[in-house]
Amino acid sequence: MKFTGKIWKFGDNVDTDAIIPARYLTTSDPEVLAAHCMEDADPTFPVKVKKGDIIVAGENFGCGSSREHAPIAIKAAGISCVIARSFARIFYRNAFNMGLTIFESRDLWERVAEGDELTVDGDEGLIWIAKGKESLAVEPIPAFMQELILSGGLMSYLAAKRRSGNGR
Amino acid sequence: MGRTITEKILAAHTTQKGIRTGMLINARVDIALGNDVTAPIAIAEFRKAGGVNVFDKEKVVLVPDHFTPNKDIASAEQCRIVRQFAREQGLTNYFEIGEVGVEHALLPEQGIVLPGDLVIGADSHTCTYGALGAFATGVGSTDLAAAMLTGEAWFKVPESMKFVLHGQLSKWVSGKDLIIYVIGKIGVDGALYRAMEFTGDTVRTLTMADRLTMANMAIEAGAKNGIFAPDETTIAYVKERAKRGYTVYDSDPDATYASVIEVDVTKIEPQVAFPHLPSNARGISSVGNVPIDQVWIGSCTNGRIEDLRVAAKVLKGRRVAPYVRLIVVPATPTIYRQALKEGLIETFLDAKAAVSAPTCGACLGGHMGILAKGERSVATTNRNFVGRMGHPESEVYLANPAVAAASAVLGRLAGPDEL
Ligand code: SF4
Repeated sequence: MKFTGKIWKFGDNVDTDAIIPARYLTTSDPEVLAAHCMEDADPTFPVKVKKGDIIVAGENFGCGSSREHAPIAIKAAGISCVIARSFARIFYRNAFNMGLTIFESRDLWERVAEGDELTVDGDEGLIWIAKGKESLAVEPIPAFMQELILSGGLMSYLAAKRRSGNGR
Repeated sequence: MGRTITEKILAAHTTQKGIRTGMLINARVDIALGNDVTAPIAIAEFRKAGGVNVFDKEKVVLVPDHFTPNKDIASAEQCRIVRQFAREQGLTNYFEIGEVGVEHALLPEQGIVLPGDLVIGADSHTCTYGALGAFATGVGSTDLAAAMLTGEAWFKVPESMKFVLHGQLSKWVSGKDLIIYVIGKIGVDGALYRAMEFTGDTVRTLTMADRLTMANMAIEAGAKNGIFAPDETTIAYVKERAKRGYTVYDSDPDATYASVIEVDVTKIEPQVAFPHLPSNARGISSVGNVPIDQVWIGSCTNGRIEDLRVAAKVLKGRRVAPYVRLIVVPATPTIYRQALKEGLIETFLDAKAAVSAPTCGACLGGHMGILAKGERSVATTNRNFVGRMGHPESEVYLANPAVAAASAVLGRLAGPDEL
């Protein structure tokens, strides 16, 4: 799994209300959620975000409620992956379960600016910055988790596995 | 390099090699638990993914405890979904009203969770079972659906924080006070993602009830799990309940910890967590004058027989203050029956308490003791968030059963030594 994209940079404690405000929770339509993603943190985000862009954030990304709408909104906005110093525990689970790729990196935040481009190699466990001249190590994503993300989340992964006869 | 008990249990449940903290693993679960709030969503997801049979009908456990006996039509519908599913799947561990108790009190009591197990539950207080030396953590309904289907769940191997407790407990001080004290020190995110491992000479003297209370509240410090290595007390508890084999793990002496925190328990007095966070801890001697409207004794934190005994000891020959309500909810039918046998229920009734059938009830603001605007309740539960037991402008003070009982008698927040 390899992602190259432009960086959107956020600080610490981006909560689920910032990711998708509660006033939009009356729907779970990914397109609608995407149109309001991050709007309270940065109103230009939903308008300017491009497919493949990457979010880089500080500590405790996704804290707050357990709403699964948060990773759905980010994914539907076209974000290829989120790299944060740390994630709130429930957001962390929800992200994988909804098929959103996330990485933890203690050091990346300081070394990049909004608008920079970076490449993450989820197999090798490397992040390339400064036009590919510098790299940082990151925990690689194991094969089963990659499969889960590629099928669009935990339940679609299991449903696909059953259809192909590998499931129980 | 040595490993912690948490790492060892996770390693024993996965085929992946070289387990280390931060690694993502797919692991086999021994028990997958759901309740009347979370199981209906999981059941719908299970079906959507094409699920027909659960992976093991002895290992999927459904406990309708939150809004039972059904509070209203909506909760009756939720329970109907759970009941029908349990029936259709022939689940061994489904508990109907009359047998049902609060899940995290019921499972250890019935010997359903055992040392060395890997347990997930679609309920945040699933971490309670760490008291038995199991790895147990709360997950979402999607995770429960997947586990019902495959018998597996994914985890990130957590770092551990080691809490070393020394010294003898003072009078009226229990596991509840130790955990509120610790949360007060480290904060509600003080153990985020991590395992809280409790050791030290004090721990060896704690009853299972105390350990269950402490592991129960690990989540209130943000922890993934709380854990106690099994000792003679644990083995004595599980020996008479276990219907299958179990494995005892302990941390290696050279295991790596994110931090080691030493606690001198001799200085700890009964603790009260003031609104609206479990970390707002104060010693009972510095609570000031806080008049109360209600006292609620029960829940997966402190609704066990040991808790009822302490409350009855304080209430014996006394009665609840005028215009104050005391509600006692034994956590399981076995506890209820034992309390009857020991005359505790009579003591409660004599003191003018209301005693209810086992249920989560007002612990989560469900039913059986909801607070009105501006009312205050002392509760032996685990959360005092805004509106947790009723109106958003009501207040919950978390305490041990002795403090709760004394407060009921005095009509204000107070310790039993004031009686
Ligand atoms: S007693 Fe309270 S904390 Fe325990 S499971 Fe029930 S609602 Fe949750």
